Amino acid sequence: MTTQHIELTVNGQVREADVEPRLLLVHLLRDVFEMTGTHIGCDTSNCGACTVLVDGESAKSCTMLAVSAEGRSIKTIEGMADGATLHALQQAFWDQHGLQCGFCTPGMIMQASWLLARNPDPTDMEIREGIAGNLCRCTGYVNIVKAIEQAATELRAPASTDAPAEPAAAS
Amino acid sequence: MIPAQFDYVRPAAMHEALQILVDREGDAKILAGGYSLLPLLKLRLASPALLVDIRDIDGLDEIVETTDGLRIGSRSTHRSILENPVVVAGYPLLSDAAGGIGDPQVRNWGTIGGSCAHADPSSDWPAVLIATSASIVLRSTAGERTVPARSFFLDTFQTAIEPTELLTEVIIPRAPRPSGAAYAKLERRAGDFSTVGVAAQLSLGADGRIAAAGIGLTAVAEAPFAATAAEASLIGSEPNEAAFQAAGIAAAAESRPGSDSHGPAEYKRAMVKEMVVRALRSAAGRAQAQR
Repeated sequence: MTTQHIELTVNGQVREADVEPRLLLVHLLRDVFEMTGTHIGCDTSNCGACTVLVDGESAKSCTMLAVSAEGRSIKTIEGMADGATLHALQQAFWDQHGLQCGFCTPGMIMQASWLLARNPDPTDMEIREGIAGNLCRCTGYVNIVKAIEQAATELRAPASTDAPAEPAAAS
Repeated sequence: MIPAQFDYVRPAAMHEALQILVDREGDAKILAGGYSLLPLLKLRLASPALLVDIRDIDGLDEIVETTDGLRIGSRSTHRSILENPVVVAGYPLLSDAAGGIGDPQVRNWGTIGGSCAHADPSSDWPAVLIATSASIVLRSTAGERTVPARSFFLDTFQTAIEPTELLTEVIIPRAPRPSGAAYAKLERRAGDFSTVGVAAQLSLGADGRIAAAGIGLTAVAEAPFAATAAEASLIGSEPNEAAFQAAGIAAAAESRPGSDSHGPAEYKRAMVKEMVVRALRSAAGRAQAQR
């Protein structure tokens, strides 16, 4: 089987790999780049655990070929924190107990980041519709919705001097 | 789940893609958003030798209103249709249907052309295209042809597309005003495939009676289809509850559902009647608003 050379950006860094065309994006991230923050849940595009951003649009990385991601910009859960400072969404999931087992959390946070980029002040129902493609079998979603609300509020607030630079807050 | 091996090409232009389909006739599958094709490959229900990714081909994601009606490029995602200003302003049937497809990630990447070419018997767009008597444009190295949606969906996962053809756009004709259209979907869970999906479009005459009717049904036969007896029953009627109930009964009789995890056939047939009535009520309300 021939492989194809691909180049793409992952969390701001240019990465290259030689891959079989059948390699899925999630396997490229986990097995080739050894970034295991992106989880494989159902592997049938139902559960959303593998959600990443591709050119800013949330995608289920089990349902995209690595070769199709060539030239695109990928953002994963590993790209959210700024050094030791958690992203507002990560901190909010911590504060609000938005996770129990945590398996769905990386996908949930990436999907929430897509939602808040498009809709910085979502209603409860808009949050629920926004994460309709992400399944959590522990929490019943209540604390996840609270966490996303907390993060939305923080990201909308004017940046204070000690807060990490957050471009979304400007909108 | 890992797909079987295949080769992958990403042609830069339409003519290259069409030539590949000729050179590799029967071996190649078109890849757009991937949300229909990749699950099939992963389940190994399909194992094409070659995938032709149409991501780089220009002109396939435009949505424009012309004298023919609304032309939607085949690579338009469900979300781009849902959020298109022309659709928002004048095509509530499309908004109804697009908003109910899958979940946000599916709508971000899944395309109308992919959905139609894949022809899952439970998918939503085919019912919409049937109800509106839309056309589907297919291109090959030999030129272009237009197939009415009503004769495009042949059987489960089977369409009128030849192996050398690429689906480039769908054309939804402008309905004579006053008209209204709506989509009613029954689903077991949010984001699921339809248990029953009904697209309905009504045009009213000067006398206020129904002058034209289109009803497309999905998930209740081997392929999406037009409920022609139900359509005929509406012509000349006042747009009222009695007419909608009669159409619902006719559509239920025309449907051929199977029993599966979504429910027994008898239940689905009862739901066809109910969902047809709901779609017609909503369509009639929208038509009345244009008078």
